Amino acid sequence: MSPNLRIAFRFLTAKKRAMLMSLSCIVLGVGLFVITQATTSGFEKFFIKTILGTNGAMRVQDKIQDTMRSMAAGGENSKFRISSREGRKYIEGIEEPQLVVNALMKFANVSGASIVLNSPAILRNDSKTDSIKIFGINLDDHLRVSDLASQIVDGKLEDFRNSPSGILIGRELCNRQGLAIGDSIIIDARGQQRRYRISAIYETGVSDIDRAYVYLNMGEARSLLKKPTGATYIQVNLIDKDRAPEDAVHIEEVLQHQARSWQWREKPWLSAFKALSISSAITTSVFTLIAGLAMLNTLAMIVIEKTKDIAILRSMGYERKDITQIFLWQALIVLAIGTSVGAALGYAGTYAVSRIPMPVTGIFRTETFQVYISPWHYVAAVLMAAVMVMGASIIPARRAARMEPGDIVRGTST
Amino acid sequence: MAEASNAVLRCTNLHRHLGQGEGRVHVLRGVSFEAERGQVCAIVGPSGCGKSTLLYLLGLLDKPGEGQITINGQLMSNHDDAARTAARCAHIGFVFQFHFLMLEFTALDNVMMPMRKLGRLTPEEMMARAHALLTSVGLGEKTHRLGTQLSGGEQQRVAVARALANQPAIILADEPTGNLDVKNSAVIFDLLTSLAKENGQAVVLVTHNPDIANRCDSVRPMRDGLFV
Repeated sequence: MSPNLRIAFRFLTAKKRAMLMSLSCIVLGVGLFVITQATTSGFEKFFIKTILGTNGAMRVQDKIQDTMRSMAAGGENSKFRISSREGRKYIEGIEEPQLVVNALMKFANVSGASIVLNSPAILRNDSKTDSIKIFGINLDDHLRVSDLASQIVDGKLEDFRNSPSGILIGRELCNRQGLAIGDSIIIDARGQQRRYRISAIYETGVSDIDRAYVYLNMGEARSLLKKPTGATYIQVNLIDKDRAPEDAVHIEEVLQHQARSWQWREKPWLSAFKALSISSAITTSVFTLIAGLAMLNTLAMIVIEKTKDIAILRSMGYERKDITQIFLWQALIVLAIGTSVGAALGYAGTYAVSRIPMPVTGIFRTETFQVYISPWHYVAAVLMAAVMVMGASIIPARRAARMEPGDIVRGTST
Repeated sequence: MAEASNAVLRCTNLHRHLGQGEGRVHVLRGVSFEAERGQVCAIVGPSGCGKSTLLYLLGLLDKPGEGQITINGQLMSNHDDAARTAARCAHIGFVFQFHFLMLEFTALDNVMMPMRKLGRLTPEEMMARAHALLTSVGLGEKTHRLGTQLSGGEQQRVAVARALANQPAIILADEPTGNLDVKNSAVIFDLLTSLAKENGQAVVLVTHNPDIANRCDSVRPMRDGLFV
């Protein structure tokens, strides 16, 4: 152990109570930071997982048509004309969806693509009606781009696959209409009314989906909507979902169809989660700020109380930088203990919070607090505490180092 | 010439002002002094005459306004703080009136502290030397006692051992017996002078005690910032 560290440790143990305040704040600051970040990230990740499992990582939809503007280069009568791209026009839907799917599957990051035909409709059941959205899908393709299989809560997907008149319906819509597996309903779309039977009930936890989305087999949807060709959009699954924005730009350029990443689609929610994460980080950083102030106060007290010790050390040949180090070591020891205990508290707290029952539906469905444990939360918490505590310690440490031993011994030190 | 070569500490024409503005006092008014190896010199004089101020200047704890201080022939007064601190560590041992032990540390730790800073010895050698020094001041049985568990006389004996730890060429003592009873004063003085003489160290002590002063090799009375 270096002489400076040894002295720092003894000084520290002499002010245990005062240091305990700083230590407690560091522990609380680091622990709460880790817990709040783990929960906000947990809910964000869970939301992303839900939304990716339902709406996919990317959607390729309307066809792009560039519009051109031209002008005569040499006056009104000139035959030379200069053309420039003015903007983009979108033609609704996809005319040749299979060609687009074939092209999409050549992108390295694309793991699946499902053609979807979508239209608003009315669901009738006895005297009750509900506005719904019907989605014509090829089941096997759609299972490759969604978590539909794991979202089935009642009935069997096999029944849907084998029954042309079978439908998949959300649990919330079922509850509203009082429906169950095997019940028949009427769907009214584009002036046609057809009867369908409920093959399975799904639940995503997203209210907007569970109360409005009804899945039909593609053949039946084309017949009902009188659209023998084309598609509303193609739902795409990606291997690396974080690359969706870059892939969307690339796909849009190559395929000349509008491509939207999940990050673009869910921007408002993602922004809300980010704001929540920053807000909780700011709130919990108050504890580390207090820890810094407590450390400043405690070290300042130690400087005053140990003035004579500083003079002794200086008279024995300890340099100014040694004195600075002795005080910074004290802060570092408290910081090391505080962040270690705080990180352990954060980990234990995160585990405990993840066990708290908390049924949530609306934007996703969960029964417990969602947490996400990331080493970066711990790194950020420790860095924040280190900056505040060490920053606050520099002032008393430098003050101690500036003291003139002659003045102290004479008793005139201020 | 032989006398001059024996001087380990020398100062010439030292001036020092203390205080600010109207309260500024010319404490030392051109003091010259030298201390020789194996000699004990007492500086005496009334309070406020500048004895302690001179001692702190000689110990490089303070900087003179004017004048020069040399240690082992090397000019130190104009050096920066780091060089003066290094010189203190290697060449000077201090004994203060109020013991100035670090009370959270044991007697052994207090004596080892200057050695740890100098770093010339191994930890085992430091420990052995600290034990030997504490034994020589009669505290061989109390090496592991904290400063708070020692009496005033014992604390001052630890301070003497600490001052001798790095085998400095110069021992500076500011009223080392000023806070002790007659018996303890005599013990501390005898310890300080006998150990210093054994090792050929120069001892400069400031004292108000005429008995102590009379037992020194030389006495330098001061008045109003000058030797008289």
